[in-house]
Amino acid sequence: MTTKASILGYGKTDITNFVIMMVIAFAFVPMVVQTDYWYSSILIPWLCLSLAAIGQQIVMGFAGQLALGAAGFMAAGAFACFNFILRVPDIPFFVALILSGLVAAAFGVLFGLPSLRVRGIYLMVATLASQFFIVWMIDKFGWFKNYDTSGIITAQDIVIFGKPFTSPLEMYLVIVVVVTVLTILAINMARGSTGRNWMAVRDMDIAAESMGISLLRTKLQAFAISAFYCGVAGALFAFTYLKSLEPVAFDIKLSFKILFMVILGGLGTINGAFIGAAFILLFPVLLNSVGNNVFHGAIDATIISSIEQVVFGVLIIVFMIYEPLGMARLWDNIKRRSRKAN
Amino acid sequence: MTEFLFFIEVVVAGLLSGTMYSLVALGFVLIYKASSTFNFAQGAMVFFAVLAFVGFMELGIPFIPAFFVTVLLMVLVGFCTERLVLNPLMNQSEDTLLMATIGLGFVLEGLAQAAWGVEVRRLDLGIGDFPIEWIIDNLGLFVSALDLTAGLVAAGMITVLALMFKYTKMGLGLRAVADDPGAASSIGIPLKNIMLLVWSAAGVVALVAGMMWGARAGVQFALVDLALKALPVLIIGGFSSIPGAIIGGLIIGASEKVLEVYLGPFFGGAIEGWAPYVLAIFFLLYRPEGLFGEKIIRRV
Repeated sequence: MTTKASILGYGKTDITNFVIMMVIAFAFVPMVVQTDYWYSSILIPWLCLSLAAIGQQIVMGFAGQLALGAAGFMAAGAFACFNFILRVPDIPFFVALILSGLVAAAFGVLFGLPSLRVRGIYLMVATLASQFFIVWMIDKFGWFKNYDTSGIITAQDIVIFGKPFTSPLEMYLVIVVVVTVLTILAINMARGSTGRNWMAVRDMDIAAESMGISLLRTKLQAFAISAFYCGVAGALFAFTYLKSLEPVAFDIKLSFKILFMVILGGLGTINGAFIGAAFILLFPVLLNSVGNNVFHGAIDATIISSIEQVVFGVLIIVFMIYEPLGMARLWDNIKRRSRKAN
Repeated sequence: MTEFLFFIEVVVAGLLSGTMYSLVALGFVLIYKASSTFNFAQGAMVFFAVLAFVGFMELGIPFIPAFFVTVLLMVLVGFCTERLVLNPLMNQSEDTLLMATIGLGFVLEGLAQAAWGVEVRRLDLGIGDFPIEWIIDNLGLFVSALDLTAGLVAAGMITVLALMFKYTKMGLGLRAVADDPGAASSIGIPLKNIMLLVWSAAGVVALVAGMMWGARAGVQFALVDLALKALPVLIIGGFSSIPGAIIGGLIIGASEKVLEVYLGPFFGGAIEGWAPYVLAIFFLLYRPEGLFGEKIIRRV
C-alpha cells in the first residue's frame, strides 16, 4: 500500500472521481446541454428516479428486504412537500423537502413493521399494502389535495432564498445538489457500521442477531431511510418533472419500474441505482426513436411499449441466470479488463 | 329483516367473487407445491391466457376448439418456462426465483399485448351478470348467475385437482417432488415432466380464471392488478395448501365486500383496493404460515 492522501477514509481515486463527477454535473453539462428537452425529459427524471432507486437499493440491496412499494412512499413525499409549502408560510424549500422525506420515513417504519416477522414474498405483499393504502388515502381525503376537485394540482414553484428556480436548467441544478448530498450520505452509510449491519442482516439474519445486531433496529432503520430517499425523490419528481401532483402518477407500475432499476442495475451497489435508472428510462426513449426514425412510425406505439415490457422481462431473467449482480458488475468487469490490458 | 337479508346478499356476493380470487391463487399453489417457486407471473398468465382465448375466438374459431388451442398454448408456455427459466435457475434462492418470475410476468404481459392489442375486449360466455330469478323468488336474495357459475366451476376444478393429487400416479409423483426433489428424482420420478405438468395445469387454471374475470370485467390489463389480490389470499390460506387457497379466497372476497359496504362510506369508498392487503398483514402478525400452510421452519 502506498501512502494515502485521504479525506474521511476515501482514497485518491474516489476523490478524483468525485471531483470529475462534480465538474461534469455543475460545469460541463450546463455548458454543453442547451436544449430544454434534455433537462426536462432525461436528466431531471433520471436523477429523481435514481434517488428513488437508491432508496429501494437500501432496503432491498443492502438490507435484503424484498419490498415493493417505493412509489407509495414517493407519493407520500410529494404530497407532504405540497402541503408543507402550501400551509407553512415562508418555509424554505429544502426544509420542506427534508420534512417530506421524514413524513415518508414515518410511513416506511409503519409498513416496515411486518419485516420483523416475515420475509420474501410475504414481505412483498405486506409492502404492497403501503403502495395501495397511501395512494388511496391521498386520493380520498380532500385535505391532502387542498380540496382540489380537478384531480390534478399544479405544483408550486421552487423558491430558494427568494429566487424562483423554474427553468429546466435551474431545476436541474437544485436536483443535482440534493442528489449529490444524499448519494454521498448513502455511500457513507453503506460503508459504515450502518451498512455493515444491513448487509449482515441480509446475508443471514439469525447469525447477525446472535452477533448482537438488533434486527428490530436495523430493519426498521433500513425501511425508514429507504422511505426517506423515496419521499425526497417523490417530491422532486412531482415538483420538477411532473410539475403537478396526482396520486395516479405513483401507481404500482412505478414501483415495479424502480424495482427493475435496482435488479438490473445491480443489487447492493449505489452506482447500480444510477445505471439501472438510466437504462429503464432511456431504453423506451431509444425504442421510440428507432420506431419513429427507422420504421417511420410504421409500428404502433402500443406495440413498442409491449416490446419494451418483453425486453425488460427477458433482461431480468437473463441477468438472474447469468449475472445476478446486474449491470454494475458488468461495468466493473469491463473496467477490470481494460485495466489489465493496460 | 331486510337489513339482514342485505347483509347475507353482500356476503354471498363476496364469497362468490372470492372464488375467482381462489382460482388465481390455485394456480399459484400448484406451482409452489411442486417447486417451491413463488410464481409471481400467475396473474400475467391469467391475462395472457384469456387474451389468447379471445384472440382465437376473433379469428373465427368456435368456443370449444379455441379453448383447447389456448390450453395447448399454455402448455407451450409452461414448457418454455421450464426449459428457459426454471431449469437454469435450479437450486437458486427463493428470492432469485421470485424476481425471475416477475420478469416472466412482464414478458407474458408484453407478448400478449403485442400479439392481441391493448383494447378492452368483451367476453360473452352466455351467462349474464344478472340475478337469478329462481333464487329471488324462493329466498329473496339477489345472486348473480355469473358469480354462481364461477363458484361452481371453481369447486369443480378444485375437486378434480384434489382427486388427481390424491389418487393418480402423477399426483403421487408430484407430492414426492414437492417433498424432496432430490430424493424424488433419484428414485426415477421424471422431474421435468412433473414440472411441465404442473405449469400446464397452472396455465389451464389461469385460463379458466381469466374467462370468469373477463366475462365480468372485460378482458383488459386491469386483470393483472386484480390477480395481485391472489397474494393476500395466499397469505391467509397458506402458500402450499389447495383448501387454503379456497378458504383464503372466500375470506378475502367476503370481507372486502362487507368492509366496503359497511365501512367504506366512512372513508369515501374504494377501500377494496387495499383492505385485503391490510387483512393479510394482520394475518402475518398472528399466523405467518397461513391457515393451512405448513409451519415455516428456517434452519441455520
